Amino acid sequence: MRSMRTYTCKLKRETTKGGLVMTQKVLKLAGLCFLFVFLGALTFSALAREITIHYLTVQQENEGWPKIIKALTEEYAAQNPNIKWKYEYVPQLDLMQRVQLLAAADSLPLLFNYESGAPLFELIKANKVLELESTFKNLGIYEELNPGIVGVLKRLVNDTGLYALPLEMNIEGFWYNKKLFANHGLSEPQTWDELAEIAEKLHQAGIQPFAVSGIQKWPITRLINGYVIRKYGTDVMSRVIKGELKVNDAGFVEAARWIYEWGHKDYFGPGVNTLDYGPAQDLFLQGKAAIYYMGSWALRDFNNPEINKIGIENIGFFNVPLVPGGVGTLEEWNVNAGLTTSIAHAKFAENPEAIGNWMKYVFSHYGDRAMKELGLITGFRVKEMPEEVPVLTKMVLEKLATVKGGAFWFEALFDARTTSVAWDNAQLLAIGTMTPEEYLGELQKAIDEQKAK
Amino acid sequence: MGGACLSLLESGDHAMERILRDWKYVFFFVAPALILYSALLLVPIFWSMGYSLFDGFPISGFRFMGFGNYLRAWKDQDFLRSFWFSAKYALVVTPGQIGLGFLLSLLYFLVLKRASRLSVLIRTLVFFPVVLPTVAVAQMFVKLFEITPQYGLVNAILDVLGLDGWIRPFLGRGDTAFWVAASMNIWTAMGFYAVLLYSGLLDIPQELIESARLDGASGWNLVRLIITPLLRPLFITSTIFSLNGTLKVFDQILALTGGGPGKSTTPLTLYMYRTAFHYNQYGYGSTIAVILTIECLLVTGILSFFRQKTE
Repeated sequence: MRSMRTYTCKLKRETTKGGLVMTQKVLKLAGLCFLFVFLGALTFSALAREITIHYLTVQQENEGWPKIIKALTEEYAAQNPNIKWKYEYVPQLDLMQRVQLLAAADSLPLLFNYESGAPLFELIKANKVLELESTFKNLGIYEELNPGIVGVLKRLVNDTGLYALPLEMNIEGFWYNKKLFANHGLSEPQTWDELAEIAEKLHQAGIQPFAVSGIQKWPITRLINGYVIRKYGTDVMSRVIKGELKVNDAGFVEAARWIYEWGHKDYFGPGVNTLDYGPAQDLFLQGKAAIYYMGSWALRDFNNPEINKIGIENIGFFNVPLVPGGVGTLEEWNVNAGLTTSIAHAKFAENPEAIGNWMKYVFSHYGDRAMKELGLITGFRVKEMPEEVPVLTKMVLEKLATVKGGAFWFEALFDARTTSVAWDNAQLLAIGTMTPEEYLGELQKAIDEQKAK
Repeated sequence: MGGACLSLLESGDHAMERILRDWKYVFFFVAPALILYSALLLVPIFWSMGYSLFDGFPISGFRFMGFGNYLRAWKDQDFLRSFWFSAKYALVVTPGQIGLGFLLSLLYFLVLKRASRLSVLIRTLVFFPVVLPTVAVAQMFVKLFEITPQYGLVNAILDVLGLDGWIRPFLGRGDTAFWVAASMNIWTAMGFYAVLLYSGLLDIPQELIESARLDGASGWNLVRLIITPLLRPLFITSTIFSLNGTLKVFDQILALTGGGPGKSTTPLTLYMYRTAFHYNQYGYGSTIAVILTIECLLVTGILSFFRQKTE
């Protein structure tokens, strides 16, 4: 009986003890679950707040626009740890296809390179790109932008708004070898006829007049463009696309005939279509060719003594000369923003306040930083000009200050197929295997097809 | 013992036959390869055929065109120019590759001794371009035919020989660029066809050659009357290989001339690529791909028909 009681007591004791252990275990488990949920929520909220500045670009991370944007983003991220930088390279040849596929899948990164003009207009129509004029105004940083280049960028997309950032700003014209000009008693031409006379004199003296990269193709069409913007004015290509003007009109034929004849006379050298961008520039910078039509982006190389063998002091610059019966003036320049960068509308809309603050910081400092670190002329205001600016950069800045009107490049409003017609056939025009009339006839046909779409 | 083995073998054969008659077993063996083949080859082909009936690109969306893209191709000057270039290129390069390959195989077989070190060295050297990367070969040819900023080897030789009138930008003009591209392809591939035809020559019984020689056949007659007829099936196979390769040439031309100057050296493949991926006309690009596929199938079909007749 006693043993029975003892056993019952023992059982009670053990049951109570077991219950306590059980309760402790349940509490521990609940605590652990709570901790997991709490940590999970913390992590989730941190992830939710994290904003990735993802830049899909054709430039390397340690050069040009990505270098500056990355540096400014990292500075901003030091105070705002939820901001993360992500860089992604894409070869320029694959850029269009890549962006289109990402756009179709609604997966565009926040920042991406894309060509202003007809290609960007397609993205705008599909509401994939952020309108920057109103965004910059809302952020109070619109004054940071250069109004001249903003106007050009807006005109490139049929004045629908500003959809591209002018992370660089270029002016185009004829660079020339001052020493060669002086040796032959030549001075900067004011008219196209004078330019032709200079080329002939140089050719007679055994100097190649023009350095032109035929492989790149566009340096040939830039010469045609130069002539027609002087003939018809800076809005010439807009009028062509609107149908008010045809490219086989007399002024265009005159322009193409100059190129055809200069090619025949070997002014572009014997192998124009086998010459790439670098070797063509080398011809000029090594003193083997006297004149070089190019944009101010070439200053990077001009300012590099390892590449520039003729010396900065020997390089001069003049605008496209006037043409007979033309309406253009010497205050009008061919200006552009190079390959532009746009902002994805969907990505911005995910967190407009935080991304807006990031934009405010980065684009308030972009102009100064790009000029200071790279000597890069941009479409953003430079508030503090560095003390030592290379002489050619200074000259270009002075010229830009006098710009009264900006023109597009030849193919700016063409779609990819029309651009290809303009470029490919320009090679044949420059070696005289296609006549000006044939060249412009085929181009007009391609423009008509583009408009019919 | 031997009888037992034989009966075992026979019963094994029967079992195998039984297995191969059962579609479930056949499916089990064939399915992995079939699925992989379908996924990698057949699906894209049918996908492309589907695209060829549409117009548009991912952002703007696609629009059904029916056979509009096919009709467009026959009116498109660029398409016709590229089609003609591809045909002309194949007609020049294929005889060049197989002709020179055959001459080299005869050199290995009749002149050089089979196992000699010289023979091995020459065969290795001739075969070497086959394994070189296309871009490297193309860049080498660009340098060979360069004119500016300095003369390449060819123009330098012409200069030394005083043949100034012949110095020219070989790759900067359509007519000469065509011949440079063709020569490069022939030079690259002739080693492959030489080895292929040489293997055929090794299969010809030595007694047959000896008896032909005893009958008075030698040199040209031996090649024309004995060797060439015996190699006919191999010639047809080589022609199928070569024509398919030359009709589909892409990387060599892209690296050598980029299809220029103008579009003068643009083959159908390059035009297809640009149409689809540069001009964003996926539907029309697919149409060109389908036409190219049909062209290759037709050529292969005709040659296979001749091979069957020969056999």
